[in-house]
Amino acid sequence: MSTDGKTLGGRLRGRVWKYGDNIDTDVIIPARYLNMSTAEELARHCMEDIDPRFATEVEAGDIIVGGENFGCGSSREHAPLAIKGAGITCVVAESFARIFYRNAINIGLPIIVCPEASREAEDGDEMVIDLEAGRITNTRLDKSYTTSPFPPFIMKIIQAGGLIPYTRAQLASAEG
Amino acid sequence: MAQTLAEKIIAHHVYDPSHSDSVPELSPGDLIEVNVDIVLANDITAPISLREFEKLGVERVFDPDKVVLVADHFAPNKDIKSAEQCALMRRFAREQDLPHHYDVGQMGIEHVLLHEQGLVLPGDVVVGADSHTCTYGALGAFATGMGSTDIAVAMATGRIWMRVPETKRFVYTGTLQPWVGGKDLILYTIGMIGVSGALYQAMEFTGPAIDALSMAGRFTMANMAIEAGAKAGLFAVDASTESYVAGRAKRPYQVFASDPDAPVAEVIEIDASTIEPQVALPHLPENARPISEVGEVRIDQAVIGSCTNGRLEDLRIAAGLLKGKQVNRDVRCIVIPGTQQVYLDALREGLIEAFIEAGAVVSTPTCGPCLGGYMGILAAGERAVSTTNRNFRGRMGHTDSEVYLSGPAVAAASALTGHISSPEEV
Ligand code: SF4
Repeated sequence: MSTDGKTLGGRLRGRVWKYGDNIDTDVIIPARYLNMSTAEELARHCMEDIDPRFATEVEAGDIIVGGENFGCGSSREHAPLAIKGAGITCVVAESFARIFYRNAINIGLPIIVCPEASREAEDGDEMVIDLEAGRITNTRLDKSYTTSPFPPFIMKIIQAGGLIPYTRAQLASAEG
Repeated sequence: MAQTLAEKIIAHHVYDPSHSDSVPELSPGDLIEVNVDIVLANDITAPISLREFEKLGVERVFDPDKVVLVADHFAPNKDIKSAEQCALMRRFAREQDLPHHYDVGQMGIEHVLLHEQGLVLPGDVVVGADSHTCTYGALGAFATGMGSTDIAVAMATGRIWMRVPETKRFVYTGTLQPWVGGKDLILYTIGMIGVSGALYQAMEFTGPAIDALSMAGRFTMANMAIEAGAKAGLFAVDASTESYVAGRAKRPYQVFASDPDAPVAEVIEIDASTIEPQVALPHLPENARPISEVGEVRIDQAVIGSCTNGRLEDLRIAAGLLKGKQVNRDVRCIVIPGTQQVYLDALREGLIEAFIEAGAVVSTPTCGPCLGGYMGILAAGERAVSTTNRNFRGRMGHTDSEVYLSGPAVAAASALTGHISSPEEV
């Protein structure tokens, strides 16, 4: 699927899939599918225990909005991978579980903490997100929200395209 | 400056490219790179780590002695795909000459195995591609779960970025009631602060009730720190820790302690003498209730095992209740020793015999039903009481099944009566 113009640093526009508090990694991708590890395979089962429509109806460019503690539970990177594989370009929530937060940054899935935007969004809304400016707009409400920017260290990882390219560059410069 | 246990361990591990001997002063919120003592992955997280490791263009892991791989989640292989994941891990372990690759025959559930084998020691920084890596905090180590990509980087470089967490201190006073153990203390605590009650923080467990708690009980508590959203759950090193580590440690280790005046986010005092055996109702660990308030809940399955309660002490408690009695005809009681050593010790003590005679089944060490993998999956409408750590929707099988979390005493008592029961009832 194409994510043209929707990569990090660009402007994202998409339909909102709204979920509640404590969305755990077992509902994002149930353990029975952890004998697979590619984003494409995992995406087919993403959210199926909480929202069976998700995997079939999600479109590239859509956005997930959660409540508090999104991604709690296991360390499975399969969770953000499944979400990314489904074509989701950004997850906005009131707060994130820390391992999920790291994992998302590390694999290059943009993830934003914005309690107000999360609370006020409804399923099916359209959001426009400007990652660099740290601005989220809900077009139904015609309302914009500002988010706090990523810490510089994390921004470096994001700009490098994830932890692997970041580390590869670090290792290369240490050798050179 | 006064510092907490977590801050001190991290400060002593800060990566310093200039190799100076100075230990930096850290404050919560600082983003730093740390050197790690042990890097861990398992059969479901290693495959992704290994794929990412390859992309780094590094030939060898940073130190073969410090990389631990354990096949425990779907091992012995539950199906062809799991077999392939384990094979991938095995191949990597051979190529890299990793002495600490635990395969079927040596393996156990990682978070029962690593400290049993003396691989993790006080003062260590441990990162694992498994959220329950926080278990080793019981030893006074800073141990935390991460994702597969983080672990790939740690395997290659021996370091990882982290944010210094704030510490939330829990002080447990009083003497525990009969049948109350580490599981009950931690379920009670999570019930009190909620599943995001310690988000991004280090939980520090202290107080007279903790001093009196066994190492098994401490591992159980540290194990579930993640269920409150915490990054780590730590205990001070004391005589119990030292005697646990003696005979296991094959390298020197360092003991750190919190300064009494170190600033912490919050101090929470808990009178542990008032805590009854706890049960966490579906579908969140924070739904903890005292056993007296659970009411009549019929069960179809009782699971005794996992990285939370799969240690010898847990099996002793369960066997003590089951011995000479019969598991209720409507209950499948599944006992899973955490490691080969736990299995063997239980066998020698006659616990395995007690389980089998009571009508329970005993499995080889594996995660199995804990994550709904295999060896005890629930059908729609079924209910289990389980000594595991998560009762999320669908965690042990069908989305319309339910998991009630408890310690081994309540699980064993419930297996006998067929409904969630206090050990006092049997
Ligand atoms: S026993 Fe359960 S919680 Fe522990 S490592 Fe295995 S799957 Fe994870």
